[in-house]
Amino acid sequence: MGKTLFDKIWDAHVVKNLGGSTQILYIDRHLIHEVTSPQAFAGLEKRGISVFRPQKTIATADHNVPTLNQHLPIKEELSRFQVDKLIENCQKFGIELYGLGHPNQGIVHVIGPELGITQPGLTMVCGDSHTSTHGAFGCVAFGIGTSQVEQVFASQSLMQTKPKKMLIKVEGQVGKGVLAKDIILYIISKLSASGGTGYFVEYAGSAIRELSMEGRMTVCNMSIEMGARGGMIAPDQTTYDYIKGRPFAPEESAFEKAVAYWETLKSDPDAQYDKVYEFDAADITPMITYGTNPGMGMKITDHIPTAQEGSGSTTYQKSLAYMGLAEGDELIGHPIQHVFIGSCTNSRIEDLRLVAEFVKGKQKAPNVQVMIVPGSKHVEKQAKEEGLDVIFKEAGFELREPGCSACLGMNEDKIPAGEYCISTSNRNFEGRQGPGARTLLASPLMAAASAIEGKIVDVRAYLN
Amino acid sequence: MEPINHIQSTAVPLPMEEIDTDQIIPARFLKATTREGFGDNLFRDWRFNSDQTLKKDFVLNNPTYTGSILVAGSNFGCGSSREHAAWALYDYGFRAVVSSFFADIFKGNALNNGLLPIQVTPEVLFQCFEAIEKNPKVTFQIDLENQTFNRTDAGISVSFEIDAYKKECLLNGYDDIDYLLSQHDEIKAFEQQAIRF
Repeated sequence: MGKTLFDKIWDAHVVKNLGGSTQILYIDRHLIHEVTSPQAFAGLEKRGISVFRPQKTIATADHNVPTLNQHLPIKEELSRFQVDKLIENCQKFGIELYGLGHPNQGIVHVIGPELGITQPGLTMVCGDSHTSTHGAFGCVAFGIGTSQVEQVFASQSLMQTKPKKMLIKVEGQVGKGVLAKDIILYIISKLSASGGTGYFVEYAGSAIRELSMEGRMTVCNMSIEMGARGGMIAPDQTTYDYIKGRPFAPEESAFEKAVAYWETLKSDPDAQYDKVYEFDAADITPMITYGTNPGMGMKITDHIPTAQEGSGSTTYQKSLAYMGLAEGDELIGHPIQHVFIGSCTNSRIEDLRLVAEFVKGKQKAPNVQVMIVPGSKHVEKQAKEEGLDVIFKEAGFELREPGCSACLGMNEDKIPAGEYCISTSNRNFEGRQGPGARTLLASPLMAAASAIEGKIVDVRAYLN
Repeated sequence: MEPINHIQSTAVPLPMEEIDTDQIIPARFLKATTREGFGDNLFRDWRFNSDQTLKKDFVLNNPTYTGSILVAGSNFGCGSSREHAAWALYDYGFRAVVSSFFADIFKGNALNNGLLPIQVTPEVLFQCFEAIEKNPKVTFQIDLENQTFNRTDAGISVSFEIDAYKKECLLNGYDDIDYLLSQHDEIKAFEQQAIRF
C-alpha cells in the first residue's frame, strides 16, 4: 500500500517502536520562545543534565515583548524577567538566540521559514500550537507542551503516538478578494473547532497549489484551530524557490541534492487516509467569525446561524452574548473600534504588501485604531525598504515592531473590554485579545477595508 | 511526578463545550518561570470580575460543588499548547478531568503532569451532569489500573481508554524524560543512519 506524505516523513523519524502505540520520534529542528521554555530549562537543571543537541534548537523572544520602543528595557517587570531568563538559559545551555535587538528576531513561526530553517522532510516542534505553520513546506511540524520541550532538550526526541491522517482537497479557482485566510476559515467553519482532533492534515488540490508560500503558511497555521495536530502541503517548485538562498538553506550542489530528495515527498497515488474532505474553491468567499471559537465562522454575506438543538446550545448562546451579537444578525455594517493586522497567521511581507496596496491613498476611519505588526525584523525592514511604512502612516495605520502583539493579550497590546476588533490573527476565544475583548477573525484585506470604513464591510465591493 | 492510581471524590460540573486553554489560564498569567502557583488564576476571567471580586454564579465560587474531579463539556482544552493549563488545574487541586472529548495537546500535557483525562461517551457525560445536579455530594471513583470510572450512587461503571505506556508512567510516577535519557545510544545510532543531504 502506498504511503502518504505524512507517513513518509513520520516513519523515517521513528527511532524505536515501544510496542503498543508509543514511538520514539526524532526531532530535526526545535524552536523555543520565552513563555514555554523556562520550566523546561529548570527541569534540566534539577536533573543536572545538559541539552543533548543544542545546535538543533533556535530561540527567539516574541510572545511577551512590547511592539514599541524595543530598544528600551521592557517596562513590565514580569515580562522583562521572563525575557531575561531566556537570554540567561540560552547562554547557559549553548542555544542560539535571536532576541530583542537581533536582526533575525520575530515571531517564531515567521522567522523559521524566512531564515530557511524550515525545510521539507523535517520534523519540527515548538512549545506553541501554531507550529503547524511550518507544515506549509512539507515537513511534519506540531506544537508541544513544556514537558515535551524538556524531552527534546534532553534527547532530541519525543514519545509520540502517530496521529491519524486526513486529506483536505480544495479544487478550483477562488473568487476575487478571497485569500488563503478565507480558505482556512471556510474549512474550519465546515469541520468545526474539533473536527480535526486526532488527525494530521494534508492540504491538496489546485487552489492550495496555487497559493504562495505565505498563503500556504496561513492555511497550515490554523490547522490547530480545528483541533488537528498539524497540517502540511507537499513541497513543489514554489517551495524550493522560496527556500533557495536563505541563510540556513543548503547551498549549490547540496541544494540540488536536497531538491532531489524533496521531490520524493509527495503522497503515493494509492495512499490511504482515515478521512477525506473535498471542497470547491468557487464556493469560498471572504469569511468572518462571529463567535468565540474559530469554527464559528461564516461567509461575510451570511447571517449568524441559529443554535443547533442539543447540548451545545448553551455554549453557543453564551458565546453570542459575549460577542454582543444575536442569531440572525448580519455583520456587514457592524461598527468596530480596532483593527489588528499581524500574528503568525498574517504578518508576512505578502500580507503587508496586500494591505498597503489596498490602503494606498486612503485614510482609516476616525473611530478605529489600526495596529499593523510585522512578523519579524526582516519583514519590518523589507516593508520600510519598499516604502510601505509611508503608505501606512498616511493612512493612519500604526506600524509597530515585531512580536505576537495583540494576538494573545499577554504583552502590552490589548483590546479593551467590550470593544470590537477585526483581527488577522487565529483565535477569537473569550478574552484572547484582552479581558472582555470581542474578536472577529478575517483576512488582511477584509481587515484593511473595514479599517477604512470604520465598520465591517465586504471587501469585494472595493475591488475592481 | 506523583504516582496516581485511585481517585474517589465528589465532582465539579462545568457543562460548557469548547473550553479552551485561554479560559483555563489567560495568557497574561503565563509570565511565571516556575510551575507553581497557577491555580490562583485558574479560570481567572470566569471566577473574578474586573474589580477582582468573585463572580458568584461561577461554579468554582459555589461551595456546593467541591472535589478533585472536574466534569466538563466536549473539546476540553482546545487552543493554545500552554502546559500552564494542566499545571493550573493540578495546582488548584484537580486530579482528573472527565469529558466526552479532549483536545490532543491538552491531553498529552495532562498525562505528563499526573492529571487524568477521562474520556467518556456523551451519554455518560450527560448522566454525570444530571447526577451532580440532583445530588452535588455524589461521589465518583476512578481506578487507573483497571481503567474504570464509577458513579458510586448508581452502581454505574464504565471503562476508559489510556495508552498502556502512559498508564505505567502514571501508576509509577515516571516521566518520559527518565525513559528517553536511557535511550541516548539508540538515538545516536539513529542520527548516524538518518537521511542527510
